[in-house]
Amino acid sequence: MKAWQRYLAVGVGSGLGSLMRYAVSLGAQAALGSYFPWGTLLVNVAGSWLIGWLAAMATLAPTRWWQPFGIVGFCGGFTTFSMFSLETLHFIDAGKPGLALVYLAVSLPLWLGAAAVGDRMARSYKACPNSHQP
Amino acid sequence: MMSFLLVALGGALGGMGRFAISNLLAKKYGQQFPWGTLFVNASGALAAGWLLGTLGFPEHGASSLWLMSVTGLLGGYTTVSSFSLQTLGLWRNGHSISALINIIATLLLGLCLAYVGWLLSGSLP
Repeated sequence: MKAWQRYLAVGVGSGLGSLMRYAVSLGAQAALGSYFPWGTLLVNVAGSWLIGWLAAMATLAPTRWWQPFGIVGFCGGFTTFSMFSLETLHFIDAGKPGLALVYLAVSLPLWLGAAAVGDRMARSYKACPNSHQP
Repeated sequence: MMSFLLVALGGALGGMGRFAISNLLAKKYGQQFPWGTLFVNASGALAAGWLLGTLGFPEHGASSLWLMSVTGLLGGYTTVSSFSLQTLGLWRNGHSISALINIIATLLLGLCLAYVGWLLSGSLP
Protein backbone atom coordinates (compact mmCIF):
# COMPACT_ATOMS: atom_id res chain seq x y z
CA MET A 1 0.00 0.00 0.00
CA LYS A 2 1.50 3.32 -1.08
CA ALA A 3 1.70 6.31 1.26
CA TRP A 4 -0.94 8.34 -0.60
CA GLN A 5 -3.31 5.35 -0.50
CA ARG A 6 -2.90 5.12 3.26
CA TYR A 7 -3.59 8.84 3.63
CA LEU A 8 -6.64 8.55 1.38
CA ALA A 9 -7.97 5.63 3.45
CA VAL A 10 -7.41 7.58 6.68
CA GLY A 11 -9.09 10.67 5.20
CA VAL A 12 -12.17 8.81 3.95
CA GLY A 13 -12.48 6.87 7.22
CA SER A 14 -12.04 9.98 9.36
CA GLY A 15 -14.52 11.97 7.26
CA LEU A 16 -17.12 9.21 7.60
CA GLY A 17 -16.42 8.83 11.32
CA SER A 18 -16.78 12.58 11.87
CA LEU A 19 -20.05 12.57 9.93
CA MET A 20 -21.41 9.77 12.12
CA ARG A 21 -20.23 11.55 15.27
CA TYR A 22 -22.10 14.68 14.19
CA ALA A 23 -25.25 12.63 13.45
CA VAL A 24 -25.05 10.89 16.85
CA SER A 25 -24.58 14.19 18.70
CA LEU A 26 -27.56 15.74 16.88
CA GLY A 27 -29.66 12.68 17.71
CA ALA A 28 -28.56 12.65 21.35
CA GLN A 29 -29.32 16.36 21.70
CA ALA A 30 -32.80 15.87 20.22
CA ALA A 31 -33.55 12.84 22.41
CA LEU A 32 -31.85 13.75 25.69
CA GLY A 33 -31.33 17.53 25.57
CA SER A 34 -28.10 19.49 25.85
CA TYR A 35 -27.71 19.61 29.64
CA PHE A 36 -25.16 16.80 29.56
CA PRO A 37 -22.94 15.91 26.53
CA TRP A 38 -24.45 12.44 25.99
CA GLY A 39 -23.51 12.46 22.30
CA THR A 40 -19.77 12.91 22.92
CA LEU A 41 -19.79 10.36 25.73
CA LEU A 42 -21.58 7.85 23.50
CA VAL A 43 -19.25 8.24 20.48
CA ASN A 44 -16.14 8.08 22.63
CA VAL A 45 -17.26 4.91 24.41
CA ALA A 46 -18.58 3.27 21.23
CA GLY A 47 -15.45 4.29 19.29
CA SER A 48 -13.20 2.88 22.02
CA TRP A 49 -15.13 -0.39 21.92
CA LEU A 50 -14.84 -0.51 18.12
CA ILE A 51 -11.10 0.22 18.06
CA GLY A 52 -10.49 -2.55 20.60
CA TRP A 53 -12.51 -4.95 18.46
CA LEU A 54 -10.96 -3.87 15.15
CA ALA A 55 -7.39 -3.90 16.44
CA ALA A 56 -7.80 -7.45 17.77
CA MET A 57 -9.45 -8.59 14.53
CA ALA A 58 -6.66 -6.96 12.52
CA THR A 59 -3.99 -8.94 14.33
CA LEU A 60 -5.96 -12.17 13.84
CA ALA A 61 -7.01 -11.58 10.22
CA PRO A 62 -4.87 -8.82 8.75
CA THR A 63 -6.09 -6.85 5.75
CA ARG A 64 -4.15 -3.93 4.39
CA TRP A 65 -6.81 -1.23 4.48
CA TRP A 66 -8.19 -2.23 7.92
CA GLN A 67 -5.57 -0.29 9.86
CA PRO A 68 -5.65 3.08 8.01
CA PHE A 69 -9.36 3.12 7.14
CA GLY A 70 -11.00 1.52 10.18
CA ILE A 71 -8.63 2.01 13.09
CA VAL A 72 -6.81 5.27 12.35
CA GLY A 73 -9.49 6.82 10.13
CA PHE A 74 -12.98 5.85 11.21
CA CYS A 75 -12.43 5.31 14.96
CA GLY A 76 -10.18 8.38 15.16
CA GLY A 77 -12.69 10.61 13.39
CA PHE A 78 -15.68 9.15 15.23
CA THR A 79 -14.21 9.90 18.67
CA THR A 80 -13.13 13.35 19.81
CA PHE A 81 -10.90 14.54 22.60
CA SER A 82 -11.11 18.25 21.79
CA MET A 83 -14.90 18.35 22.25
CA PHE A 84 -14.55 16.40 25.51
CA SER A 85 -12.08 19.03 26.80
CA LEU A 86 -14.32 21.92 25.74
CA GLU A 87 -17.40 20.41 27.36
CA THR A 88 -15.54 19.82 30.62
CA LEU A 89 -14.25 23.38 30.55
CA HIS A 90 -17.73 24.67 29.72
CA PHE A 91 -19.17 22.96 32.82
CA ILE A 92 -16.59 24.73 34.98
CA ASP A 93 -17.22 28.07 33.26
CA ALA A 94 -20.97 27.66 33.71
CA GLY A 95 -20.48 27.20 37.48
CA LYS A 96 -21.04 23.44 37.47
CA PRO A 97 -17.67 22.02 38.58
CA GLY A 98 -19.45 18.96 40.00
CA LEU A 99 -20.76 18.01 36.58
CA ALA A 100 -17.28 18.53 35.09
CA LEU A 101 -15.91 16.07 37.65
CA VAL A 102 -18.72 13.57 37.01
CA TYR A 103 -18.15 13.82 33.25
CA LEU A 104 -14.43 13.18 33.73
CA ALA A 105 -14.87 10.37 36.26
CA VAL A 106 -17.46 8.58 34.12
CA SER A 107 -15.67 9.02 30.78
CA LEU A 108 -12.22 7.66 31.56
CA PRO A 109 -13.17 4.21 32.94
CA LEU A 110 -15.85 3.79 30.26
CA TRP A 111 -13.37 4.58 27.44
CA LEU A 112 -10.74 2.17 28.72
CA GLY A 113 -13.26 -0.49 29.73
CA ALA A 114 -14.98 -0.35 26.33
CA ALA A 115 -11.66 -0.88 24.50
CA ALA A 116 -10.91 -3.87 26.74
CA VAL A 117 -14.38 -5.37 26.12
CA GLY A 118 -14.06 -4.89 22.35
CA ASP A 119 -10.68 -6.60 22.38
CA ARG A 120 -12.01 -9.51 24.42
CA MET A 121 -15.09 -9.95 22.21
CA ALA A 122 -12.99 -10.13 19.04
CA ARG A 123 -10.66 -12.69 20.59
CA SER A 124 -13.46 -14.89 21.92
CA TYR A 125 -15.21 -14.74 18.56
CA LYS A 126 -12.07 -15.85 16.76
CA ALA A 127 -11.43 -18.54 19.35
CA CYS A 128 -14.90 -20.02 18.81
CA PRO A 129 -14.52 -23.22 16.72
CA ASN A 130 -17.82 -22.65 14.87
CA SER A 131 -16.84 -19.22 13.57
CA HIS A 132 -16.04 -18.87 9.89
CA GLN A 133 -12.39 -18.33 9.26
CA PRO A 134 -11.73 -15.88 6.41
CA MET B 1 -27.01 19.09 4.04
CA MET B 2 -24.23 21.67 3.81
CA SER B 3 -23.42 21.19 7.50
CA PHE B 4 -22.82 17.45 7.01
CA LEU B 5 -20.46 18.19 4.12
CA LEU B 6 -18.47 20.67 6.23
CA VAL B 7 -18.12 18.19 9.10
CA ALA B 8 -17.03 15.37 6.76
CA LEU B 9 -14.51 17.56 4.94
CA GLY B 10 -13.04 18.95 8.16
CA GLY B 11 -12.98 15.48 9.69
CA ALA B 12 -11.12 14.02 6.69
CA LEU B 13 -8.48 16.76 6.79
CA GLY B 14 -8.11 16.53 10.57
CA GLY B 15 -7.72 12.75 10.46
CA MET B 16 -4.99 12.96 7.82
CA GLY B 17 -3.22 15.61 9.87
CA ARG B 18 -3.35 13.33 12.92
CA PHE B 19 -1.97 10.44 10.85
CA ALA B 20 0.90 12.58 9.52
CA ILE B 21 1.89 13.86 12.98
CA SER B 22 1.59 10.43 14.60
CA ASN B 23 3.83 8.91 11.92
CA LEU B 24 6.35 11.72 12.27
CA LEU B 25 6.57 11.49 16.07
CA ALA B 26 6.66 7.67 16.00
CA LYS B 27 9.59 7.83 13.59
CA LYS B 28 11.39 10.39 15.71
CA TYR B 29 10.71 9.15 19.24
CA GLY B 30 9.80 5.50 18.69
CA GLN B 31 6.60 3.62 19.45
CA GLN B 32 7.22 2.74 23.08
CA PHE B 33 5.02 5.63 24.21
CA PRO B 34 2.10 7.09 22.18
CA TRP B 35 3.66 10.54 21.75
CA GLY B 36 1.70 11.20 18.57
CA THR B 37 -1.73 10.75 20.17
CA LEU B 38 -0.71 12.77 23.21
CA PHE B 39 0.55 15.58 20.97
CA VAL B 40 -2.52 15.75 18.72
CA ASN B 41 -4.89 15.67 21.68
CA ALA B 42 -2.97 18.36 23.58
CA SER B 43 -2.55 20.65 20.56
CA GLY B 44 -6.14 19.99 19.44
CA ALA B 45 -7.43 20.97 22.88
CA LEU B 46 -5.40 24.20 22.75
CA ALA B 47 -6.85 25.09 19.36
CA ALA B 48 -10.35 24.13 20.49
CA GLY B 49 -10.06 26.38 23.55
CA TRP B 50 -8.99 29.27 21.36
CA LEU B 51 -11.90 28.68 18.98
CA LEU B 52 -14.29 28.42 21.94
CA GLY B 53 -13.23 31.87 23.08
CA THR B 54 -13.35 33.27 19.56
CA LEU B 55 -16.60 31.74 18.34
CA GLY B 56 -18.48 31.10 21.61
CA PHE B 57 -19.97 27.82 22.84
CA PRO B 58 -22.83 26.82 20.51
CA GLU B 59 -25.66 26.38 22.99
CA HIS B 60 -28.32 26.70 20.33
CA GLY B 61 -27.11 25.38 16.99
CA ALA B 62 -23.58 25.64 15.63
CA SER B 63 -22.38 28.05 12.92
CA SER B 64 -20.80 26.82 9.69
CA LEU B 65 -17.39 27.93 10.92
CA TRP B 66 -17.78 25.97 14.16
CA LEU B 67 -18.94 22.85 12.28
CA MET B 68 -16.01 22.99 9.88
CA SER B 69 -13.29 23.83 12.42
CA VAL B 70 -14.31 22.37 15.79
CA THR B 71 -16.76 19.55 14.97
CA GLY B 72 -14.96 18.55 11.76
CA LEU B 73 -11.29 19.49 11.72
CA LEU B 74 -10.43 19.29 15.44
CA GLY B 75 -12.90 16.45 16.06
CA GLY B 76 -11.16 14.39 13.38
CA TYR B 77 -7.70 15.57 14.45
CA THR B 78 -8.10 14.54 18.10
CA THR B 79 -9.01 11.03 19.18
CA VAL B 80 -10.19 9.11 22.21
CA SER B 81 -10.20 5.67 20.58
CA SER B 82 -6.43 5.55 19.96
CA PHE B 83 -5.81 6.90 23.45
CA SER B 84 -7.91 4.06 24.92
CA LEU B 85 -6.30 1.38 22.76
CA GLN B 86 -2.75 2.56 23.41
CA THR B 87 -3.28 2.99 27.16
CA LEU B 88 -4.72 -0.52 27.30
CA GLY B 89 -1.74 -1.79 25.28
CA LEU B 90 0.78 -0.18 27.63
CA TRP B 91 -1.03 -1.67 30.62
CA ARG B 92 -1.21 -5.16 29.11
CA ASN B 93 2.47 -5.16 28.16
CA GLY B 94 3.46 -4.49 31.74
CA HIS B 95 4.13 -0.76 31.33
CA SER B 96 1.55 0.23 33.92
CA ILE B 97 3.50 3.34 34.95
CA SER B 98 3.61 4.54 31.35
CA ALA B 99 -0.14 3.84 31.04
CA LEU B 100 -0.81 5.92 34.14
CA ILE B 101 1.45 8.73 32.91
CA ASN B 102 -0.36 8.70 29.57
CA ILE B 103 -3.76 9.00 31.29
CA ILE B 104 -2.69 11.83 33.59
CA ALA B 105 -0.73 13.71 30.89
CA THR B 106 -3.59 13.46 28.40
CA LEU B 107 -6.29 14.68 30.79
CA LEU B 108 -4.16 17.34 32.46
CA LEU B 109 -2.64 18.73 29.24
CA GLY B 110 -5.98 18.54 27.45
CA LEU B 111 -7.93 20.49 30.04
CA CYS B 112 -5.15 22.97 30.88
CA LEU B 113 -4.33 23.71 27.25
CA ALA B 114 -8.00 24.11 26.34
CA TYR B 115 -8.15 26.70 29.14
CA VAL B 116 -4.92 28.37 27.92
CA GLY B 117 -6.32 28.55 24.41
CA TRP B 118 -9.47 30.11 25.77
CA LEU B 119 -7.40 32.70 27.69
CA LEU B 120 -5.30 33.43 24.58
CA SER B 121 -8.42 34.22 22.58
CA GLY B 122 -8.78 37.28 24.81
CA SER B 123 -12.49 36.77 25.31
CA LEU B 124 -12.25 37.08 29.10
CA PRO B 125 -13.01 40.47 30.67
